[in-house]
Amino acid sequence: MLNLIWAFLIIFGFLIGAINGNIEEVTAAAIENAKLAVELAFGLVGVMAMWLGIMKIAEDSGLIKIISKALKPVMVLLFPDVPPEHPAMGAMIMNISANILGLGNAATPFGLKAMEELQKLNRKKDTATDAMVTFLAINTSSVTLIPASTIAILSAAGAKNPTEIIGPTIIATTLSTTAAIIAAKTLQRLPRYKVERAKRGEIRCYLK
Amino acid sequence: MLLKIIDLLSKFAIPFMVVGIIFFGMQRKVKVYESFVEGAKDGFTTAIRIIPSFVAMLVAIGVFRESGAMDLLVSLFSPILKIFNVPKEIIPMIIMRPLSGSGSQGILSELAKTFGPESLVARTAAVMMGSSETTFYILAIYFGSISIKKQRHALPACLFADLVGFVSAIYISRLFFGV
Repeated sequence: MLNLIWAFLIIFGFLIGAINGNIEEVTAAAIENAKLAVELAFGLVGVMAMWLGIMKIAEDSGLIKIISKALKPVMVLLFPDVPPEHPAMGAMIMNISANILGLGNAATPFGLKAMEELQKLNRKKDTATDAMVTFLAINTSSVTLIPASTIAILSAAGAKNPTEIIGPTIIATTLSTTAAIIAAKTLQRLPRYKVERAKRGEIRCYLK
Repeated sequence: MLLKIIDLLSKFAIPFMVVGIIFFGMQRKVKVYESFVEGAKDGFTTAIRIIPSFVAMLVAIGVFRESGAMDLLVSLFSPILKIFNVPKEIIPMIIMRPLSGSGSQGILSELAKTFGPESLVARTAAVMMGSSETTFYILAIYFGSISIKKQRHALPACLFADLVGFVSAIYISRLFFGV
């Protein structure tokens, strides 16, 4: 599906550019954005290293284990396929907490780390697991308590009381996160999204 | 008052987290410096791994926005969304939000400028902004970083959640701020 959407964005974009007569600007935008992507990724190296370093301290001190234990009932319910003590749980908790606190730049490193850990549990390396999809659905539905950047934009535009959007935002985001969990859990059972269960021999191999 | 608290909270959240984690580590006799360096090693590889999907998404969205295709899509969708009583002004936000973070921020500030930051349209857009994420980006980059090709039900599940978020934003904002 992403293949189709991606192709659509580019093909349709250039087509409209040709019709509108601004094809040169469109080409320039494509090249400019390709450069920008690498710049942004490189800019992320430092932030990523810093947060992964901090996370390692939290891991080595047992702090993540303590938090994971406290949240175990919820996490096991959400991610039944992930062992409760697995590092993936810790990374997902860190990611979700960072998102709740509105720390966007800390959330990404934790999230990528969580995906890496979830991939270690994956038997079919090119196919997403239920846990990955549930995690990403929660992630993309946004679990922010304080939408700081949004408040900043309203404030910059001269709003007298920009924080009044917090209440409605929390309600809306709670609803969308609930919908995300329900959708992920329901869709994973549909035949077209189901992963073929590995045969017994394969499981034994994997356990070794 | 509330604004001050939030300001304080966002100022102190990161220092508190960093100091707290290091302090706890020292109490547990962790060699904090060595741990940090060990963990930070992964920073480079993780950041580099997202480059391919990052380039793919940014290029596609750049082309789509610059060409005017985005505006066309917005005007195409307007009549359909109008049936569901969605205010026309908010539609660019709905389409842009899952695709681009900076794009949707731009739309929000534009709406706030045009209709006033206290208008229902601007507030609804703000609630939408705060209660959803750049779905396509996150999926592309998170899955791309570990080379997942078959995403299964990820996109439908996430888009459904976005839809629920947008509809809730419209109704809740009307409830809170509507006349």
